[in-house]
Amino acid sequence: MDVSKTMDTRSNQRFTPKVILLSILVPLLNLGLHTLIFLFFRGSDLPPMVNALLAVIWGLAGIYSIYFSLNWVVEQYPDKWKDRVIPYVFVGPAVLLLGWLLFLPTLRTLYLSFFNADSTQFVGFANFAAVFTDRLLVTALRNNLMWVVFGTLACVILGLLIAVLADRSSFERLAKAVVFMPMAISFVAAGVIWKFIYYYQPGADQIGLLNAIIVNMGFQPQGWLSMVQPWNNLFLIVILVWMQTGFAMVIFSAAIKGIPEDMLEAARMDGAGEIRIFFKIMLPVISSTVLAVTTTIIVFTLKIFDVVMIMTGGQYGTEVVATEFYRQLFMYQNAGYGSTLAIVLLIAVIPVIILNVRQLKKGGSL
Amino acid sequence: MRKAKAKGQKRKANWIVNLVLGIICIVWFIPTLGLLISSVRPAADILQSGWWTVFPHRQWDTVSQLKLDRDTDLRKPITVNGKTFTDDQLKAGVEDGNQRLIWENRRARTLDVQEKKWGASTNFTLQNYETVLGGKQYKITQPDGTIKTEQGSGMGRSFWNTIAVVIPSTVIPIFIASFAAYAFAWLKFRGRNIFFIVIIALLVVPLQVALIPILRDYTTLGLNGTYFGIWMAHTAFGLPLITYFMYNSISQLPKDLFESAFMDGATNFTIFSRLILPLSVPALASISIFQFLWVWNDYLVSLIFLGSQPEVQVLSMSIANLVGSRGNDWHLLTSAAFISMLTPLAVFFALQKYFVRGLLGGSVKG
Repeated sequence: MDVSKTMDTRSNQRFTPKVILLSILVPLLNLGLHTLIFLFFRGSDLPPMVNALLAVIWGLAGIYSIYFSLNWVVEQYPDKWKDRVIPYVFVGPAVLLLGWLLFLPTLRTLYLSFFNADSTQFVGFANFAAVFTDRLLVTALRNNLMWVVFGTLACVILGLLIAVLADRSSFERLAKAVVFMPMAISFVAAGVIWKFIYYYQPGADQIGLLNAIIVNMGFQPQGWLSMVQPWNNLFLIVILVWMQTGFAMVIFSAAIKGIPEDMLEAARMDGAGEIRIFFKIMLPVISSTVLAVTTTIIVFTLKIFDVVMIMTGGQYGTEVVATEFYRQLFMYQNAGYGSTLAIVLLIAVIPVIILNVRQLKKGGSL
Repeated sequence: MRKAKAKGQKRKANWIVNLVLGIICIVWFIPTLGLLISSVRPAADILQSGWWTVFPHRQWDTVSQLKLDRDTDLRKPITVNGKTFTDDQLKAGVEDGNQRLIWENRRARTLDVQEKKWGASTNFTLQNYETVLGGKQYKITQPDGTIKTEQGSGMGRSFWNTIAVVIPSTVIPIFIASFAAYAFAWLKFRGRNIFFIVIIALLVVPLQVALIPILRDYTTLGLNGTYFGIWMAHTAFGLPLITYFMYNSISQLPKDLFESAFMDGATNFTIFSRLILPLSVPALASISIFQFLWVWNDYLVSLIFLGSQPEVQVLSMSIANLVGSRGNDWHLLTSAAFISMLTPLAVFFALQKYFVRGLLGGSVKG
């Protein structure tokens, strides 16, 4: 608490009553103001467009004014305190929000997973035992595994292939835009799109592309998403691959462009073929990028929900952990099972968390 | 074997590369093309023929009609032009030379004589879009010729709701995360490491884990179904990734920059808003696109925290409801899906340049 040494003379060195009053008033004013605005919006019957515009203005101006006013208060503090408090003003909102909406909920979910359906009775590990024995839930776990393995493999391999091909083709920009485009489409819209591919009706006239093709080849039309279990999961995974390969491709493409050209040229001089160059030079150089993309897609496929919900609603043996979670929670009102499923997902990503933190330590950020 | 591949071979590889990549691009584009074409076809056509029939193709066209004897016994072989066919054959259509015979009206005993001709189904209409966008009533001719009056779903309202959800849900987390990233990268404070590790760990926590507790809190606070509630949810779910991404970008800025600014007596707030934000525009742009696309396309979070009341319903919800309640109204589904794709596609193509550049700076190096 030795203040006197480092102080400069620009500002006062002690808390005045005014500053203390401000530090209490400003946060309270912020809280009050935004509560009032919130109540106004909740009760308003403005036309949708006006309502939307006002809400946008409130959101943007609100967040700026909160930071601005809090910072202004801290600027009034004695210098030593200013430097101490400012970092917390900067990280505070992020930490509070994450604490309230992500960190604590995770702990609370873990807690709930040891309780029964309406969270009134402690049941120990019964929910976990049930999750791993219930036929539906076991199917969900198996399907999730299929998603992670096949989805990730296909995205990464196709992404690499397209990135390498695009690099040497004469229409790189167009190809990348076409492959990336599905990233901008919602899973809901993608569901509608793919219904036109998988649509099934008996008879010779088909409006689904896939069935039209195989009927033309002389086969019987198939209900791609309902029959042929468990392979119907693969047809759902194709949708994910269609949407996410673009992401992998863009990042791989950037990494490949970062490989020094003379390195490749030297290999070519030595007579190495393109395939060999790819495996012996490119792949090792971009391996950390491949790892990063792979983990991102693994985490993404673990959480997969929308595709399954829209295409099949989790019927016909296509349920995954996230759809079962939703069903347990909202249809069967079973918070115990729901939480347990969420925790199972969490356990599945723990290795990825450890990998991430280790990577950061290596990079010197910690 | 690979040694033989000299320079002459490389041009050939290019030709193959172009071909393979071209095929991949066509495959990638076909699903979207199907949606686009279907969305401008009349309701009856969508249900009767595949969308690819709008392209010229060989199809059976009726050239003449045959009238059989009114009391032909359908259970016995039927004689037409000196040849005999069964009723089943005539139902499905039977080929005779280059002609095809099929019942036109089985009860009236009239047969169509068809020949293969080039043709295309070129009925296009914008009525689907009008129905979906306006809340008015429209008369739709069904495949069987009856006329059905139906209520448009009024996507206009959900479009504005989506705007009110998406823009603040994109800007607020980026604002909060940038402040936090600045503090993590350049300020010293107690708890920095532990906060940072937690945020990195939260990067991969499946958001399902947090849903049950947040839902309970929201119910207590009356935040369910409000814009503010969903802003906070999207903010919290997006924060870990955005903070990490912005940290990578901000921590790579040169140190001298800050030192000279401090020398000039600039406060952290000024440095942040005058120096850091302008310098991070590419990173900000690319992460904004990501967050924008993610929020715009989100289904699960809106499903849980907004629900499907029309006052707050977002686009993805209203399409999902169309899929559920009017699973066979393809004309509405396709045009609604296409409308929902337009905004993210426009944003993506407009900011594509930043997107790739930001990714290059951020995730590839990091």
